[in-house]
Amino acid sequence: MPTVTYAGHDVTVNDEGFLTDPGQWTEEMAPQIASAEGIGELTPRHWQVIRFMRAQYQAKGTGPTVRVLGKTSGVTVKELYQLFPKGPAKVAAKIAGIPKPRGCI
Amino acid sequence: MKRIVILGGGTGGTLVANRLRRAYRPGAVEIVVVDRDGDHVYQPGLLFVPFGLASTRRITRPRWRQLRSGIVYCQASIDHVDVEHDRVHFGGAGHSLDYDVLIVATGARLLPEETEGLTGPGWQKNVFTFYTLGGAEALRRALEEFGGGRLAVNVVDMPIKCPVAPLEFCFLADDYFRRRGIRDRVDLTYVTPLDGAFTKPVASRELAGLLAAKGIELVTEFSTGSVESSGQPGEAGRLVSYDERAVPFDLAVVVPLHGGAAYVDRSPGLGDELGFVPVDPHTLQAKVKPNVFALGDATDLPASKAGSVAHFEGEVLAGNVRRFLAGEQLAASFDGHANCFIETGRGRALLIDFNYDTEPLTGHYPGPVGLPLLRPSRLNHLGKLAFQPLYWHGLIRGRDIPGISPAMPARGKNLPAPVSPGR
Repeated sequence: MPTVTYAGHDVTVNDEGFLTDPGQWTEEMAPQIASAEGIGELTPRHWQVIRFMRAQYQAKGTGPTVRVLGKTSGVTVKELYQLFPKGPAKVAAKIAGIPKPRGCI
Repeated sequence: MKRIVILGGGTGGTLVANRLRRAYRPGAVEIVVVDRDGDHVYQPGLLFVPFGLASTRRITRPRWRQLRSGIVYCQASIDHVDVEHDRVHFGGAGHSLDYDVLIVATGARLLPEETEGLTGPGWQKNVFTFYTLGGAEALRRALEEFGGGRLAVNVVDMPIKCPVAPLEFCFLADDYFRRRGIRDRVDLTYVTPLDGAFTKPVASRELAGLLAAKGIELVTEFSTGSVESSGQPGEAGRLVSYDERAVPFDLAVVVPLHGGAAYVDRSPGLGDELGFVPVDPHTLQAKVKPNVFALGDATDLPASKAGSVAHFEGEVLAGNVRRFLAGEQLAASFDGHANCFIETGRGRALLIDFNYDTEPLTGHYPGPVGLPLLRPSRLNHLGKLAFQPLYWHGLIRGRDIPGISPAMPARGKNLPAPVSPGR
């Protein structure tokens, strides 16, 4: 597993760049991960989604899908795509330091 | 006498009711099945209706006739379940029914109105779904009149019932237009929210290969935000994704968003955000309360929403309801087993067989001598056709099918080499 340095801390990530241990994550790391995903500045709306993702992960052990995010985070799916154009659930999960949301079958 | 109330008289509800009826002496428990309407639809048949290969009449039977004698059938619309007081409330005159055990088997509900524009002016004009009897029949007429152009087949988002059905639709459409001699005038495009043709890698590769071989274009990671169509004859429509890509169409076949039954949303604690019932993945006991169980499309499990899953779950669930009522420990034996025939056109079909841990692999099912897996074959197509009578007379009647067990067989499969220890 590759190791990368965010906000001065070494963390391990998987092949797709998701943190392997969500416990290593701190809020200071988020802007740097976001910038690597092409998101220049994290607005309060971004943070609403990121913190929601963290809370959901802690409660349920998996991050929500885009559809569930749109229903429960207080941010519509349309706005989620404006905030995280490359795919809200995946990118927000990466920035929030949690595993890629489990896809459905 | 203990009362078991089963909500939903479809595949899962019917086969569990019949299994429980057989498991108890007559009069030992009361079994009540509730459904809002009287028609049991053989849902795998819906795929064939648009192509004139099945009629809606031939795939529909009365729900009550599928239930063994001694089971009470109650046609009523459910308002909500009061999980705390073990009671189901019905709409209308305020009737209710108390239960000792509740089994939720009300499946998934289509939510076309949740996608912007999907039920707009083009709905049932040049935008269709084949996931309902009415939709499949309307699409049959539209296909008959379709003389060429762009046909887009779109899955809005997962989860959906029978995740392979929209792919099968593409393969059968290719066949259909070929038979009519107009295949060269039709552009077929499969538009999916997934990053490949299917969810699991090996099957995804095989199915993408089949799409390519049949000249069907594959558009991936397309998260449908809206469907634009004026519904005017001769005017094209567009599927538009949230990241602002567009797929133009003359005819669109859309699989809408799915959610759980509406009453689940009105029943505090019973469902998740999408109305599916969270259950233990191995015992099928609901997380909300020990005397509630669920199976089939109604659950939140990471298994396919398919009749085969409801079938395999049914055997485990019926046993667990008995154990629960006897005060015994539940069996954690459901492994996520699913299998599906996938029609690939020209009288052939693939078969896939998998569970929570093992993706669909090549080989044979249910053992080394059996139906070929992940390979188009005439035998699989005949298997799919032969399945309908087996469904009505064996599967939903709660009989065991010889050689077919709830647990996924590993024999006959080409399993990947085990990873050596220490890696």
